[in-house]
Amino acid sequence: MRRLKFFLPVAMFAAIVALFVNGLQRDPTIVPSPFIGKAAPAFDLPRLLQPEARLTDGIFIGQVSLFNVWASWCPGCAREHELLMTIGTQSGVPIYGLNWKDERPAALKWLQDRGNPYQAVAVDRDNITGIDWGVYGAPETFLIDADGIILYKLVGPLTAQLWVDEFAPRIAAANEESL
Amino acid sequence: MRRLLKLIVLTVLFQIIVIASAWAIDPSEALQDPEQQALYEQITAEVRCLVCQNQTIADSTAPLAADLRREIRRMVEGGESEQQIKTFLVDRYGGFILYKPQFESWNIVLWLAPPLLLIVGLWGVARFARKRAQLPIDEDAA
Repeated sequence: MRRLKFFLPVAMFAAIVALFVNGLQRDPTIVPSPFIGKAAPAFDLPRLLQPEARLTDGIFIGQVSLFNVWASWCPGCAREHELLMTIGTQSGVPIYGLNWKDERPAALKWLQDRGNPYQAVAVDRDNITGIDWGVYGAPETFLIDADGIILYKLVGPLTAQLWVDEFAPRIAAANEESL
Repeated sequence: MRRLLKLIVLTVLFQIIVIASAWAIDPSEALQDPEQQALYEQITAEVRCLVCQNQTIADSTAPLAADLRREIRRMVEGGESEQQIKTFLVDRYGGFILYKPQFESWNIVLWLAPPLLLIVGLWGVARFARKRAQLPIDEDAA
């Protein structure tokens, strides 16, 4: 009993310290997405390169794909662009783009100058689809499985390390499952 | 002379206070229905701007905050209830977007901890009091 009286407060203190240390190491600017494990929200938007044509959420069905939110005003997008080019051409995972809160001429120039890693780009100038997807900044990258279920969301620029750690294993698992 | 100076200073201060109320962020016109306007103001003052996290979207100049104000405005005008609008936001951005957290599975500890701690505390006090009541009365001290 005596011992308990001493150890209980100490244990509680240690637990609280552990909780705080854990909390302080998190990045509060990264808000977890409520969409993980849920179906990709519907959209129907004009395409960037062929404005008469539409792009819908149906594109995600059939294979694992990435959905990358970008804009020409976004410095993080410039940083990840080269890696997107590599992934778009070499990984076999198609990348679809959401050109978010951007101007069409600037977006077109961006793709012309830096190359186009996307299979297709949907234009969401007024942040309608962005809100439906819980987008709060650019870049953001969603990983979507062959059934159109969102597996993972990255807030901020993609890096080679993040690709290896977070994306590649999930893609491998998703491909295995659908075999 | 000193009185005049005092008067000038007071006038300037007064003006700053009056003008400050015109520094509101939201540039949009008030809604026609005052009740809807009140609901709109109440909700935007409770929604976190996720880009500038210590501001509400009513206070924020961020483009995302303006977009969310537009959506909330549209829904208020469409006659949607406070709960419907909050559910819309939480479904998309998660519970963190509300400054007043709602009761959900991820924050259940937050809601249940205070009453639980209170019960444990009361139990401890009761035990302590009962123990003391059973102690023999110290005659010498009296």
